[in-house]
Amino acid sequence: MNKIEAKNVDFYYGTFHALKGINITIPNNEVVAFIGPSGCGKSTFLRLFNRMNDLIPGARLTGQVLIDGQDIYEKGVDVDVLRRGVGMVFQRPNPFPKSIFENVAYGLRVNGIKDKDFIRQRVEEALTSAALWNEVKDKLKESAYALSGGQQQRLCIARAMAVQPSVLLMDEPASALDPISTAKIEELICELSSQTTIVIVTHSMQQAARVSNKTAFFYLGEMVEYGETKKIFTNPEKEATQNYITGRFG
Amino acid sequence: MPLQFDSAYNKRKRALQQAMFACFRVLSYSIVLVLFIILGFILVKGVSVINWNFLTQAPTDGMTKGGIWPAIVGTFYLMVGSAVFAFPVGVVSGIYMSEYAPKGKLVAFIRTMTNNLAGIPSIVFGLFGMAFFVNYLDFGDSILAGSLTLGLLALPIVIRTTEEAFRDIPSSYREGSLALGATKTQTIWHVLLPMAMPRVITGLILSLGRVSGETAPILFTCAAYFLPKLPDSIFDQCMALPYHLYVVATSGTDIDAQMPIAYGTAFVLIVIVLLMNLVANAIRKHFEKKLKQK
Repeated sequence: MNKIEAKNVDFYYGTFHALKGINITIPNNEVVAFIGPSGCGKSTFLRLFNRMNDLIPGARLTGQVLIDGQDIYEKGVDVDVLRRGVGMVFQRPNPFPKSIFENVAYGLRVNGIKDKDFIRQRVEEALTSAALWNEVKDKLKESAYALSGGQQQRLCIARAMAVQPSVLLMDEPASALDPISTAKIEELICELSSQTTIVIVTHSMQQAARVSNKTAFFYLGEMVEYGETKKIFTNPEKEATQNYITGRFG
Repeated sequence: MPLQFDSAYNKRKRALQQAMFACFRVLSYSIVLVLFIILGFILVKGVSVINWNFLTQAPTDGMTKGGIWPAIVGTFYLMVGSAVFAFPVGVVSGIYMSEYAPKGKLVAFIRTMTNNLAGIPSIVFGLFGMAFFVNYLDFGDSILAGSLTLGLLALPIVIRTTEEAFRDIPSSYREGSLALGATKTQTIWHVLLPMAMPRVITGLILSLGRVSGETAPILFTCAAYFLPKLPDSIFDQCMALPYHLYVVATSGTDIDAQMPIAYGTAFVLIVIVLLMNLVANAIRKHFEKKLKQK
């Protein structure tokens, strides 16, 4: 069963042709890593899946992006509903200036959930699934800014997981973190993959190798190669991929 | 080559630098000095008339005796009235300009126009207020007409501070909220507004400080030369401190008796504005603290 499918996707920022004829299928409950040098379009591609690029003036898309078989760029698709089902974790931790509890509860509240017991239970589940519950259970009312950078990023993961998305997009989620926090995030990715499909953009090839089942290599707006992570890292078909993963450029 | 700390060139450079700093220092201190001289002058000249009766009684004997209570009340009404008008309209416009309006010529045009609005002489606002609120809308000379005219004057400041407060919030907060399925309105209401609030409130109170000292806009729209009683409704005229100051200082019958009253009035007006600024600071700090704890 395919969770995400992109067909002949071309994407432009104004006149800049950022993505060129991309086709990909991402199966359910897998972890897929997008790798490639800076500016290759991997983040742009990721942000198509929850229509985050809609916010950019002058952006234009041709082709189709399907999630669960539904073209998410079709007229009449409600982006709020889409984004509730397709969560996102950003490069830098971006908790709201609210309490730890309210940060996680936010997604539930803006989706119209008012039942307090239900919210409390969901917040606990989400924090537990983000491996943060034990660290924060006694200070849920404190500001999210009192947490360390790594904890803040796990809070953002909990925040995204609280609305139970079926896809989780991660845009270099560990690039602003220290090695220990990074290890924790990677561990989390493996655990969360049982509940949700994860697409992760990363600069670290080791990270891609450690967490993903499948890897796509992007270069200059094209998807050069896509396949099983093991194969990409041990026996890539294209020379560009080979050069990139062996560190000859990028 | 060894280090040469005492070369002629270096000595000259250091001397020049010291001269520059001395110059900057003198200039900035002199500004503060001027402020204190003004305050001190008004305090010395006006303090003799300030007492409890001055603050709580109406003027008597052709404004040569008595107090300024109706003018204090009137100024308070006008400040509240203009805030009630300028705050919602200004904040909503500021949010629209920062969050909703498509970036481009339209917003740039509105922004330029808002800045131009801020540059219009206040007497012109007074004239407009008289023509539009007093005559066309038939509010008459009233607190309502005066508040609306002053509100127009405060509007550009409120719009600009609101817009800047919202624009300075990093887009990562918007993305974080939208990515959870929040609508733009929910994002503005629950995430951005609390973050912008300290600056918005500060802008509002500073604009009210400005408004409270304006004479020209209320000259034709609201202010009364002398009223024996306090206003009953927003359709009554009222007295106001700046206009009262103008009246006692220029059109009196007994200059010697009235000048201290004028200085006393000026002193009260300045104290009110200073208090407002202190309150603005306190509110801003309160909000900032709340943001950090919550």
